[in-house]
Amino acid sequence: MKRVHLHGFLSLSLAAALAATVGCSGGSGGGSSTSVPSPTSNVQAIEVNTGPTAGPPYNLPYLDGAFTSVTVCVPGSTTNCQTISGILVDTGSSGLRILSSALTLSLPQQTGSNGSPVVECFPFVDGVTWGPVQTADMTIAGEQAKSLPIQVIGSSNFSTVPNSCTSFGLPLEDDLASLGANGILGIGSFAQDCGTACTQSGASNPGVYFACPSTGCEITTESTTESISNQVQNPVTLFATDNNGVIIELPAVSGAETSVTGSLIFGIGTQSNNALGSVTVYTVDPSTGNFTTVFDGITYQDASFIDSGSNGFYFLDSNTTGIPVCADATFWYCPSSTQNLSATNRGLNGSTGTVNFVVGNADTLTANLDDAAVNGLGGPNSGLFDWGLPFFFGRNVYTAIEGQNTPGGQGPYWAY
Amino acid sequence: MKSRIIHGIFVILALPFPLSASLGGDFTSVQADQAKMQGTLQTTSGDSYTVHEIQASTGVAVKEYVSPAGKVFAVTWQGPFHPDLRQLLGTYFDQYAQAVQTQRAHRRDHGPLLIQQPGLVVQIAGHMRSFTGKVYVPQMLPAGVHAEDLR
Repeated sequence: MKRVHLHGFLSLSLAAALAATVGCSGGSGGGSSTSVPSPTSNVQAIEVNTGPTAGPPYNLPYLDGAFTSVTVCVPGSTTNCQTISGILVDTGSSGLRILSSALTLSLPQQTGSNGSPVVECFPFVDGVTWGPVQTADMTIAGEQAKSLPIQVIGSSNFSTVPNSCTSFGLPLEDDLASLGANGILGIGSFAQDCGTACTQSGASNPGVYFACPSTGCEITTESTTESISNQVQNPVTLFATDNNGVIIELPAVSGAETSVTGSLIFGIGTQSNNALGSVTVYTVDPSTGNFTTVFDGITYQDASFIDSGSNGFYFLDSNTTGIPVCADATFWYCPSSTQNLSATNRGLNGSTGTVNFVVGNADTLTANLDDAAVNGLGGPNSGLFDWGLPFFFGRNVYTAIEGQNTPGGQGPYWAY
Repeated sequence: MKSRIIHGIFVILALPFPLSASLGGDFTSVQADQAKMQGTLQTTSGDSYTVHEIQASTGVAVKEYVSPAGKVFAVTWQGPFHPDLRQLLGTYFDQYAQAVQTQRAHRRDHGPLLIQQPGLVVQIAGHMRSFTGKVYVPQMLPAGVHAEDLR
Protein backbone atom coordinates (compact mmCIF):
# COMPACT_ATOMS: atom_id res chain seq x y z
CA MET A 1 0.00 0.00 0.00
CA LYS A 2 2.64 2.41 1.07
CA ARG A 3 4.94 1.35 -1.76
CA VAL A 4 2.26 1.80 -4.41
CA HIS A 5 1.55 5.26 -3.11
CA LEU A 6 5.21 6.18 -3.18
CA HIS A 7 5.66 4.84 -6.68
CA GLY A 8 2.86 7.02 -7.94
CA PHE A 9 4.38 9.99 -6.22
CA LEU A 10 7.80 9.45 -7.73
CA SER A 11 6.35 9.13 -11.21
CA LEU A 12 4.59 12.41 -10.77
CA SER A 13 7.71 14.18 -9.52
CA LEU A 14 9.75 12.71 -12.36
CA ALA A 15 7.27 14.04 -14.85
CA ALA A 16 7.39 17.42 -13.18
CA ALA A 17 11.18 17.42 -13.26
CA LEU A 18 11.18 16.58 -16.96
CA ALA A 19 8.69 19.33 -17.65
CA ALA A 20 10.84 21.79 -15.70
CA THR A 21 13.94 20.80 -17.65
CA VAL A 22 12.19 21.31 -20.95
CA GLY A 23 10.93 24.66 -19.75
CA CYS A 24 14.41 25.78 -18.73
CA SER A 25 16.17 24.88 -21.96
CA GLY A 26 13.41 26.54 -23.92
CA GLY A 27 13.83 29.72 -21.90
CA SER A 28 17.55 30.22 -22.38
CA GLY A 29 17.63 32.42 -25.44
CA GLY A 30 19.71 32.01 -28.53
CA GLY A 31 19.09 28.88 -30.45
CA SER A 32 22.49 27.73 -31.66
CA SER A 33 23.35 25.43 -28.79
CA THR A 34 24.67 22.49 -30.77
CA SER A 35 28.42 23.14 -30.73
CA VAL A 36 28.74 23.60 -26.97
CA PRO A 37 31.38 21.34 -25.38
CA SER A 38 29.88 18.60 -23.24
CA PRO A 39 28.99 20.28 -19.95
CA THR A 40 30.12 19.13 -16.53
CA SER A 41 27.57 16.87 -14.93
CA ASN A 42 26.17 19.11 -12.22
CA VAL A 43 23.20 17.11 -10.90
CA GLN A 44 23.50 15.05 -7.74
CA ALA A 45 20.61 12.88 -6.54
CA ILE A 46 19.36 13.56 -3.03
CA GLU A 47 16.81 11.68 -1.01
CA VAL A 48 14.76 12.58 2.02
CA ASN A 49 14.90 9.28 3.88
CA THR A 50 15.33 7.94 7.39
CA GLY A 51 19.11 8.15 7.10
CA PRO A 52 21.92 5.97 8.43
CA THR A 53 20.58 5.81 12.00
CA ALA A 54 17.22 4.29 11.06
CA GLY A 55 18.15 0.70 11.88
CA PRO A 56 19.54 -1.05 14.94
CA PRO A 57 21.31 -0.36 17.18
CA TYR A 58 20.26 3.30 16.86
CA ASN A 59 16.62 3.03 15.82
CA LEU A 60 16.52 6.79 15.29
CA PRO A 61 14.92 7.23 11.85
CA TYR A 62 15.74 10.75 10.69
CA LEU A 63 12.91 13.23 10.08
CA ASP A 64 13.07 15.73 7.23
CA GLY A 65 16.70 15.39 6.30
CA ALA A 66 17.96 15.33 2.68
CA PHE A 67 20.80 12.85 2.26
CA THR A 68 23.34 12.28 -0.48
CA SER A 69 26.78 10.78 -0.98
CA VAL A 70 30.20 12.32 -1.65
CA THR A 71 33.48 10.83 -2.79
CA VAL A 72 36.62 11.90 -1.00
CA CYS A 73 40.15 11.08 -2.14
CA VAL A 74 43.59 11.60 -0.70
CA PRO A 75 44.64 14.83 -2.46
CA GLY A 76 46.10 14.11 -5.89
CA SER A 77 45.06 10.46 -5.88
CA THR A 78 42.40 8.95 -8.13
CA THR A 79 42.53 5.53 -6.51
CA ASN A 80 42.84 6.20 -2.80
CA CYS A 81 39.22 7.23 -2.56
CA GLN A 82 36.05 6.49 -0.64
CA THR A 83 32.40 7.16 -1.40
CA ILE A 84 30.41 7.94 1.73
CA SER A 85 26.62 7.89 1.81
CA GLY A 86 24.26 9.24 4.44
CA ILE A 87 25.62 12.78 4.16
CA LEU A 88 23.13 15.45 5.25
CA VAL A 89 22.65 18.31 2.75
CA ASP A 90 22.78 21.56 4.75
CA THR A 91 22.29 25.04 3.28
CA GLY A 92 22.54 26.45 6.81
CA SER A 93 26.28 25.86 7.13
CA SER A 94 29.35 25.75 4.94
CA GLY A 95 31.93 23.00 4.71
CA LEU A 96 32.17 19.23 4.47
CA ARG A 97 32.29 17.40 7.81
CA ILE A 98 32.66 13.64 7.99
CA LEU A 99 32.48 11.36 10.99
CA SER A 100 35.80 9.76 11.75
CA SER A 101 33.94 6.46 12.20
CA ALA A 102 32.69 6.64 8.59
CA LEU A 103 36.08 7.47 7.10
CA THR A 104 38.48 4.68 6.17
CA LEU A 105 40.94 6.93 4.34
CA SER A 106 43.90 8.52 6.02
CA LEU A 107 43.85 12.18 4.97
CA PRO A 108 46.63 14.73 5.45
CA GLN A 109 46.29 16.79 8.62
CA GLN A 110 46.34 20.59 8.38
CA THR A 111 48.95 22.17 10.60
CA GLY A 112 49.23 25.72 11.88
CA SER A 113 52.24 27.92 11.36
CA ASN A 114 53.74 26.58 14.59
CA GLY A 115 53.51 23.04 13.20
CA SER A 116 50.65 21.93 15.47
CA PRO A 117 47.60 20.11 14.13
CA VAL A 118 44.58 22.38 13.58
CA VAL A 119 41.38 21.11 15.22
CA GLU A 120 37.95 22.73 15.04
CA CYS A 121 35.07 23.25 17.44
CA PHE A 122 32.27 24.01 15.02
CA PRO A 123 29.05 25.42 16.47
CA PHE A 124 25.75 24.19 15.08
CA VAL A 125 22.52 25.32 16.72
CA ASP A 126 21.94 22.11 18.67
CA GLY A 127 25.46 20.82 19.15
CA VAL A 128 29.12 21.23 18.34
CA THR A 129 31.37 19.07 16.20
CA TRP A 130 34.94 18.67 17.44
CA GLY A 131 37.68 17.25 15.27
CA PRO A 132 40.75 17.87 13.12
CA VAL A 133 40.89 19.87 9.89
CA GLN A 134 42.19 17.61 7.12
CA THR A 135 42.49 17.97 3.36
CA ALA A 136 40.72 15.94 0.67
CA ASP A 137 39.79 16.06 -2.99
CA MET A 138 35.99 15.90 -2.97
CA THR A 139 33.92 14.75 -5.93
CA ILE A 140 30.15 15.08 -6.22
CA ALA A 141 28.28 14.57 -9.50
CA GLY A 142 30.85 15.69 -12.10
CA GLU A 143 32.25 18.44 -9.89
CA GLN A 144 35.48 18.35 -7.95
CA ALA A 145 36.85 20.48 -5.11
CA LYS A 146 40.58 19.86 -4.92
CA SER A 147 42.61 20.22 -1.72
CA LEU A 148 39.47 21.01 0.22
CA PRO A 149 39.88 21.64 3.96
CA ILE A 150 37.24 19.51 5.72
CA GLN A 151 36.49 18.62 9.31
CA VAL A 152 36.85 15.03 10.49
CA ILE A 153 34.50 14.70 13.46
CA GLY A 154 35.25 12.65 16.54
CA SER A 155 38.79 11.58 15.77
CA SER A 156 40.35 9.49 18.54
CA ASN A 157 43.60 11.40 18.03
CA PHE A 158 42.02 14.51 19.52
CA SER A 159 39.70 13.13 22.17
CA THR A 160 40.27 15.91 24.70
CA VAL A 161 37.83 18.73 24.03
CA PRO A 162 38.96 22.16 25.27
CA ASN A 163 36.90 23.81 27.99
CA SER A 164 36.02 26.75 25.77
CA CYS A 165 34.41 24.32 23.31
CA THR A 166 32.28 22.58 25.92
CA SER A 167 31.42 25.99 27.43
CA PHE A 168 29.17 26.72 24.47
CA GLY A 169 26.93 24.41 26.48
CA LEU A 170 25.98 22.35 23.47
CA PRO A 171 26.28 18.58 23.28
CA LEU A 172 29.06 17.03 21.24
CA GLU A 173 27.76 15.55 18.01
CA ASP A 174 30.70 13.27 17.52
CA ASP A 175 29.24 9.88 16.57
CA LEU A 176 26.56 8.47 14.32
CA ALA A 177 23.88 8.44 17.00
CA SER A 178 24.36 12.09 17.96
CA LEU A 179 25.00 13.46 14.47
CA GLY A 180 22.28 11.40 12.76
CA ALA A 181 24.38 11.32 9.59
CA ASN A 182 27.76 10.08 8.37
CA GLY A 183 28.62 13.66 7.60
CA ILE A 184 27.28 17.09 6.75
CA LEU A 185 27.66 18.77 3.38
CA GLY A 186 27.45 22.49 4.15
CA ILE A 187 26.62 24.35 0.94
CA GLY A 188 25.17 27.56 2.34
CA SER A 189 25.66 31.17 1.30
CA PHE A 190 29.02 31.63 3.06
CA ALA A 191 32.27 30.72 1.31
CA GLN A 192 33.86 29.31 4.47
CA ASP A 193 32.60 28.42 7.90
CA CYS A 194 34.01 31.05 10.26
CA GLY A 195 35.18 34.00 8.21
CA THR A 196 37.32 36.90 9.37
CA ALA A 197 36.39 36.43 13.05
CA CYS A 198 38.69 33.40 13.28
CA THR A 199 41.65 35.39 11.95
CA GLN A 200 41.41 37.80 14.91
CA SER A 201 43.56 37.52 17.99
CA GLY A 202 42.63 38.00 21.62
CA ALA A 203 39.10 38.44 22.89
CA SER A 204 37.72 38.98 19.39
CA ASN A 205 38.46 35.40 18.41
CA PRO A 206 35.37 33.23 18.86
CA GLY A 207 37.30 30.06 19.69
CA VAL A 208 36.39 27.91 16.71
CA TYR A 209 39.84 26.85 15.46
CA PHE A 210 42.50 25.45 17.77
CA ALA A 211 46.15 24.54 17.42
CA CYS A 212 46.60 21.30 19.29
CA PRO A 213 50.15 20.27 20.17
CA SER A 214 50.43 17.28 22.50
CA THR A 215 50.50 19.66 25.45
CA GLY A 216 46.94 20.88 24.80
CA CYS A 217 44.91 23.03 22.48
CA GLU A 218 45.14 26.79 22.03
CA ILE A 219 42.89 29.06 20.01
CA THR A 220 44.40 29.85 16.64
CA THR A 221 44.55 33.26 15.06
CA GLU A 222 45.97 34.61 11.85
CA SER A 223 49.42 34.83 13.41
CA THR A 224 49.37 31.15 14.29
CA THR A 225 46.85 30.33 11.49
CA GLU A 226 43.68 30.19 10.81
CA SER A 227 43.61 32.19 7.60
CA ILE A 228 40.46 32.43 5.51
CA SER A 229 41.77 29.96 2.92
CA ASN A 230 42.79 27.41 5.58
CA GLN A 231 39.31 27.39 7.09
CA VAL A 232 36.82 24.66 6.25
CA GLN A 233 35.52 25.80 2.86
CA ASN A 234 32.17 25.62 1.13
CA PRO A 235 33.18 22.95 -1.41
CA VAL A 236 31.14 24.57 -4.19
CA THR A 237 33.43 27.62 -4.24
CA LEU A 238 36.38 25.34 -5.09
CA PHE A 239 34.71 23.76 -8.14
CA ALA A 240 36.26 24.70 -11.49
CA THR A 241 32.80 25.57 -12.84
CA ASP A 242 29.26 25.82 -11.47
CA ASN A 243 30.80 27.38 -8.36
CA ASN A 244 28.48 30.30 -7.61
CA GLY A 245 25.71 28.46 -5.77
CA VAL A 246 23.33 25.52 -5.67
CA ILE A 247 19.71 24.64 -6.33
CA ILE A 248 17.78 22.11 -4.29
CA GLU A 249 14.78 20.61 -6.03
CA LEU A 250 12.35 18.47 -4.08
CA PRO A 251 8.78 17.49 -4.92
CA ALA A 252 5.76 18.65 -2.97
CA VAL A 253 4.91 16.53 0.06
CA SER A 254 1.47 16.15 1.53
CA GLY A 255 1.46 15.12 5.17
CA ALA A 256 3.95 12.33 5.82
CA GLU A 257 5.63 10.25 3.11
CA THR A 258 8.10 7.38 3.36
CA SER A 259 10.71 9.17 1.29
CA VAL A 260 11.07 11.52 -1.67
CA THR A 261 13.89 11.98 -4.14
CA GLY A 262 15.17 15.19 -5.65
CA SER A 263 18.21 16.92 -7.06
CA LEU A 264 21.07 19.02 -5.85
CA ILE A 265 22.16 21.10 -8.85
CA PHE A 266 25.43 23.01 -8.85
CA GLY A 267 25.79 26.45 -10.38
CA ILE A 268 23.27 29.21 -11.00
CA GLY A 269 22.82 30.28 -14.61
CA THR A 270 25.93 28.37 -15.68
CA GLN A 271 24.21 25.62 -17.66
CA SER A 272 20.89 24.96 -19.34
CA ASN A 273 19.56 23.14 -16.27
CA ASN A 274 20.23 25.82 -13.65
CA ALA A 275 18.82 29.04 -15.09
CA LEU A 276 17.01 31.33 -12.70
CA GLY A 277 13.90 31.35 -14.87
CA SER A 278 10.99 33.06 -13.19
CA VAL A 279 12.11 32.80 -9.56
CA THR A 280 12.45 35.86 -7.34
CA VAL A 281 15.84 36.82 -5.92
CA TYR A 282 15.91 37.71 -2.20
CA THR A 283 19.30 39.06 -1.19
CA VAL A 284 20.43 38.33 2.36
CA ASP A 285 22.49 40.23 4.91
CA PRO A 286 26.10 39.38 4.06
CA SER A 287 27.15 39.23 7.71
CA THR A 288 24.28 37.23 9.20
CA GLY A 289 23.00 35.32 6.18
CA ASN A 290 19.44 36.32 7.09
CA PHE A 291 16.58 38.15 5.42
CA THR A 292 13.28 39.42 6.83
CA THR A 293 10.02 37.61 7.45
CA VAL A 294 6.75 39.18 8.53
CA PHE A 295 4.32 36.79 10.18
CA ASP A 296 1.02 37.80 11.73
CA GLY A 297 2.12 41.42 12.06
CA ILE A 298 5.42 40.48 13.73
CA THR A 299 8.55 41.44 11.80
CA TYR A 300 11.63 39.27 12.01
CA GLN A 301 13.95 41.98 10.75
CA ASP A 302 17.17 40.43 9.46
CA ALA A 303 16.24 37.42 11.58
CA SER A 304 14.85 34.83 9.20
CA PHE A 305 16.59 32.14 7.17
CA ILE A 306 16.07 29.19 4.84
CA ASP A 307 17.95 26.10 6.01
CA SER A 308 17.72 22.59 4.55
CA GLY A 309 19.55 21.34 7.65
CA SER A 310 16.72 22.28 10.03
CA ASN A 311 13.83 19.95 9.79
CA GLY A 312 10.76 22.11 10.29
CA PHE A 313 9.17 25.52 10.38
CA TYR A 314 10.42 27.01 13.64
CA PHE A 315 8.92 30.34 14.67
CA LEU A 316 7.46 32.30 17.55
CA ASP A 317 5.95 30.56 20.54
CA SER A 318 2.76 28.92 21.67
CA ASN A 319 1.37 31.96 23.53
CA THR A 320 1.78 34.24 20.51
CA THR A 321 0.69 31.84 17.76
CA GLY A 322 -2.07 30.21 19.80
CA ILE A 323 -0.84 26.85 18.53
CA PRO A 324 -0.31 24.39 21.38
CA VAL A 325 2.94 22.47 21.66
CA CYS A 326 2.91 18.68 21.89
CA ALA A 327 2.52 17.21 25.35
CA ASP A 328 5.52 14.93 25.07
CA ALA A 329 7.66 16.90 22.62
CA THR A 330 7.37 20.53 23.69
CA PHE A 331 9.75 21.58 20.90
CA TRP A 332 7.02 20.85 18.31
CA TYR A 333 3.59 22.29 17.63
CA CYS A 334 0.58 20.01 17.98
CA PRO A 335 -2.53 21.83 16.70
CA SER A 336 -5.75 19.82 16.79
CA SER A 337 -6.15 20.46 13.05
CA THR A 338 -3.65 21.43 10.38
CA GLN A 339 -3.04 25.19 10.36
CA ASN A 340 -2.86 26.96 7.00
CA LEU A 341 -0.55 29.90 7.55
CA SER A 342 1.13 32.55 5.49
CA ALA A 343 4.10 34.86 5.90
CA THR A 344 5.89 37.44 3.79
CA ASN A 345 9.59 37.18 3.04
CA ARG A 346 11.57 40.27 2.17
CA GLY A 347 15.09 40.46 0.81
CA LEU A 348 17.57 43.25 1.45
CA ASN A 349 16.95 44.18 -2.19
CA GLY A 350 13.32 44.89 -1.37
CA SER A 351 11.89 41.83 -3.11
CA THR A 352 8.87 40.53 -1.28
CA GLY A 353 6.77 37.44 -1.65
CA THR A 354 4.11 35.54 0.24
CA VAL A 355 4.79 32.03 1.48
CA ASN A 356 1.87 29.78 2.29
CA PHE A 357 2.77 26.96 4.62
CA VAL A 358 1.12 24.46 6.92
CA VAL A 359 1.78 23.42 10.48
CA GLY A 360 0.27 20.08 11.38
CA ASN A 361 0.10 17.95 14.48
CA ALA A 362 3.64 16.69 15.05
CA ASP A 363 2.49 13.74 17.14
CA THR A 364 0.38 12.53 14.21
CA LEU A 365 2.91 13.42 11.53
CA THR A 366 5.76 11.58 13.24
CA ALA A 367 3.77 8.56 14.45
CA ASN A 368 4.87 6.27 11.63
CA LEU A 369 8.60 5.77 12.06
CA ASP A 370 8.93 4.78 8.39
CA ASP A 371 7.95 8.27 7.27
CA ALA A 372 10.97 10.49 6.65
CA ALA A 373 9.46 13.27 4.52
CA VAL A 374 7.03 15.26 6.62
CA ASN A 375 5.38 18.49 5.56
CA GLY A 376 3.95 20.58 8.39
CA LEU A 377 6.46 19.83 11.11
CA GLY A 378 6.89 23.00 13.14
CA GLY A 379 7.77 24.30 16.54
CA PRO A 380 8.55 27.33 18.68
CA ASN A 381 11.71 29.32 18.15
CA SER A 382 13.46 32.06 20.03
CA GLY A 383 14.10 35.25 18.10
CA LEU A 384 14.48 33.82 14.61
CA PHE A 385 12.21 32.46 11.88
CA ASP A 386 13.63 29.18 10.59
CA TRP A 387 12.38 27.92 7.22
CA GLY A 388 13.58 24.32 7.43
CA LEU A 389 13.46 21.48 4.95
CA PRO A 390 9.66 21.48 4.49
CA PHE A 391 10.09 24.89 2.82
CA PHE A 392 11.95 23.06 0.03
CA PHE A 393 9.04 20.68 -0.69
CA GLY A 394 7.53 21.68 -4.01
CA ARG A 395 10.00 24.54 -4.56
CA ASN A 396 13.27 24.92 -6.40
CA VAL A 397 15.38 26.87 -3.92
CA TYR A 398 18.52 28.66 -5.10
CA THR A 399 21.32 29.54 -2.67
CA ALA A 400 23.91 31.94 -4.12
CA ILE A 401 27.29 32.17 -2.41
CA GLU A 402 28.71 35.44 -1.08
CA GLY A 403 30.78 37.42 -3.56
CA GLN A 404 29.91 35.17 -6.49
CA ASN A 405 28.37 36.59 -9.67
CA THR A 406 25.22 35.08 -11.09
CA PRO A 407 22.69 36.20 -13.71
CA GLY A 408 20.52 37.29 -10.76
CA GLY A 409 23.24 39.50 -9.30
CA GLN A 410 25.94 38.85 -6.76
CA GLY A 411 25.46 36.50 -3.83
CA PRO A 412 24.60 36.03 -1.08
CA TYR A 413 20.95 35.49 -1.89
CA TRP A 414 18.15 33.00 -1.94
CA ALA A 415 15.83 32.66 -4.91
CA TYR A 416 12.72 30.57 -5.27
CA MET B 1 44.81 60.38 41.04
CA LYS B 2 47.02 57.68 42.42
CA SER B 3 44.78 57.00 45.37
CA ARG B 4 41.82 56.66 43.05
CA ILE B 5 43.53 53.85 41.14
CA ILE B 6 44.32 52.06 44.35
CA HIS B 7 40.74 52.53 45.47
CA GLY B 8 39.49 50.97 42.22
CA ILE B 9 41.70 47.95 42.61
CA PHE B 10 40.56 47.54 46.18
CA VAL B 11 36.90 47.49 45.13
CA ILE B 12 37.50 44.82 42.51
CA LEU B 13 39.37 42.63 44.97
CA ALA B 14 36.68 43.11 47.57
CA LEU B 15 33.92 41.86 45.29
CA PRO B 16 32.60 38.46 46.31
CA PHE B 17 33.68 37.34 42.79
CA PRO B 18 31.31 34.56 41.91
CA LEU B 19 33.09 31.60 40.32
CA SER B 20 30.48 31.50 37.63
CA ALA B 21 27.04 32.83 38.21
CA SER B 22 24.62 34.84 36.21
CA LEU B 23 21.18 33.37 36.01
CA GLY B 24 19.91 33.57 39.58
CA GLY B 25 22.84 35.74 40.63
CA ASP B 26 22.99 39.44 41.39
CA PHE B 27 24.63 42.38 39.66
CA THR B 28 28.12 41.27 40.66
CA SER B 29 27.61 38.22 38.47
CA VAL B 30 26.81 40.52 35.55
CA GLN B 31 30.14 42.25 36.14
CA ALA B 32 31.87 38.89 36.27
CA ASP B 33 30.34 38.02 32.92
CA GLN B 34 31.45 41.32 31.47
CA ALA B 35 35.00 40.71 32.68
CA LYS B 36 35.02 37.18 31.26
CA MET B 37 33.68 38.34 27.90
CA GLN B 38 35.94 41.42 27.89
CA GLY B 39 32.91 43.36 26.75
CA THR B 40 31.36 46.77 27.22
CA LEU B 41 28.39 47.17 29.54
CA GLN B 42 25.31 49.31 28.99
CA THR B 43 22.48 49.50 31.48
CA THR B 44 18.84 50.40 30.81
CA SER B 45 16.34 50.66 33.63
CA GLY B 46 12.63 50.03 33.15
CA ASP B 47 9.62 49.74 35.41
CA SER B 48 9.73 46.01 35.86
CA TYR B 49 13.40 45.23 35.47
CA THR B 50 16.86 46.50 34.58
CA VAL B 51 18.68 45.31 31.47
CA HIS B 52 22.46 45.06 31.42
CA GLU B 53 23.72 44.60 27.88
CA ILE B 54 27.22 43.26 27.40
CA GLN B 55 28.70 43.70 23.93
CA ALA B 56 31.58 41.28 23.43
CA SER B 57 34.28 41.87 20.83
CA THR B 58 33.29 38.58 19.12
CA GLY B 59 30.10 40.38 18.06
CA VAL B 60 27.95 38.51 20.57
CA ALA B 61 25.55 40.77 22.50
CA VAL B 62 24.25 39.44 25.82
CA LYS B 63 21.38 40.99 27.78
CA GLU B 64 20.96 40.14 31.45
CA TYR B 65 17.61 40.98 33.01
CA VAL B 66 17.69 41.92 36.70
CA SER B 67 14.49 41.97 38.74
CA PRO B 68 13.57 44.63 41.33
CA ALA B 69 14.72 42.06 43.87
CA GLY B 70 18.18 42.34 42.35
CA LYS B 71 18.39 38.91 40.78
CA VAL B 72 19.17 37.94 37.18
CA PHE B 73 15.97 36.19 36.08
CA ALA B 74 16.68 35.94 32.34
CA VAL B 75 19.54 36.14 29.86
CA THR B 76 19.18 36.62 26.10
CA TRP B 77 21.82 36.89 23.40
CA GLN B 78 22.39 37.25 19.70
CA GLY B 79 25.44 37.21 17.51
CA PRO B 80 27.57 35.21 15.08
CA PHE B 81 28.59 32.65 17.72
CA HIS B 82 27.33 31.12 20.93
CA PRO B 83 28.29 32.81 24.20
CA ASP B 84 29.89 30.96 27.12
CA LEU B 85 26.74 29.29 28.34
CA ARG B 86 28.52 27.75 31.33
CA GLN B 87 29.27 31.26 32.51
CA LEU B 88 25.82 32.69 31.78
CA LEU B 89 23.83 29.82 33.27
CA GLY B 90 25.98 29.61 36.39
CA THR B 91 24.52 27.19 38.89
CA TYR B 92 21.82 26.22 36.38
CA PHE B 93 24.33 24.89 33.87
CA ASP B 94 24.46 21.28 35.10
CA GLN B 95 20.66 21.01 35.12
CA TYR B 96 20.57 22.36 31.58
CA ALA B 97 23.40 20.15 30.34
CA GLN B 98 21.69 17.03 31.64
CA ALA B 99 18.33 18.02 30.11
CA VAL B 100 19.83 18.77 26.72
CA GLN B 101 21.73 15.48 26.63
CA THR B 102 18.55 13.59 27.46
CA GLN B 103 16.55 15.41 24.78
CA ARG B 104 19.17 15.10 22.04
CA ALA B 105 19.52 11.38 22.70
CA HIS B 106 15.89 10.90 21.71
CA ARG B 107 15.63 13.38 18.85
CA ARG B 108 16.08 12.25 15.29
CA ASP B 109 16.58 15.56 13.59
CA HIS B 110 18.47 18.82 13.72
CA GLY B 111 16.84 22.09 14.60
CA PRO B 112 16.64 24.74 17.29
CA LEU B 113 17.00 23.74 20.93
CA LEU B 114 14.14 24.13 23.35
CA ILE B 115 14.56 22.84 26.88
CA GLN B 116 11.49 23.38 29.01
CA GLN B 117 11.77 22.32 32.62
CA PRO B 118 9.65 23.42 35.58
CA GLY B 119 12.44 25.65 36.88
CA LEU B 120 14.36 26.50 33.74
CA VAL B 121 13.70 27.32 30.08
CA VAL B 122 16.50 27.37 27.49
CA GLN B 123 15.96 28.31 23.84
CA ILE B 124 18.75 28.40 21.26
CA ALA B 125 18.08 29.17 17.60
CA GLY B 126 19.91 30.04 14.41
CA HIS B 127 22.58 28.84 12.06
CA MET B 128 26.26 29.35 11.31
CA ARG B 129 27.09 33.09 11.83
CA SER B 130 23.71 33.99 13.32
CA PHE B 131 22.54 32.64 16.65
CA THR B 132 20.08 33.79 19.28
CA GLY B 133 19.23 32.41 22.66
CA LYS B 134 17.14 32.95 25.74
CA VAL B 135 17.29 31.39 29.18
CA TYR B 136 15.03 32.20 32.10
CA VAL B 137 13.67 30.92 35.36
CA PRO B 138 9.87 31.11 35.07
CA GLN B 139 9.35 31.47 38.83
CA MET B 140 11.66 34.49 38.94
CA LEU B 141 9.89 36.57 36.29
CA PRO B 142 8.68 39.83 37.91
CA ALA B 143 4.91 40.33 37.99
CA GLY B 144 3.54 41.35 34.59
CA VAL B 145 6.66 40.31 32.68
CA HIS B 146 6.19 37.76 29.91
CA ALA B 147 9.10 35.69 28.71
CA GLU B 148 8.00 36.26 25.08
CA ASP B 149 8.69 39.97 25.47
CA LEU B 150 12.34 39.51 26.43
CA ARG B 151 14.39 39.92 23.26
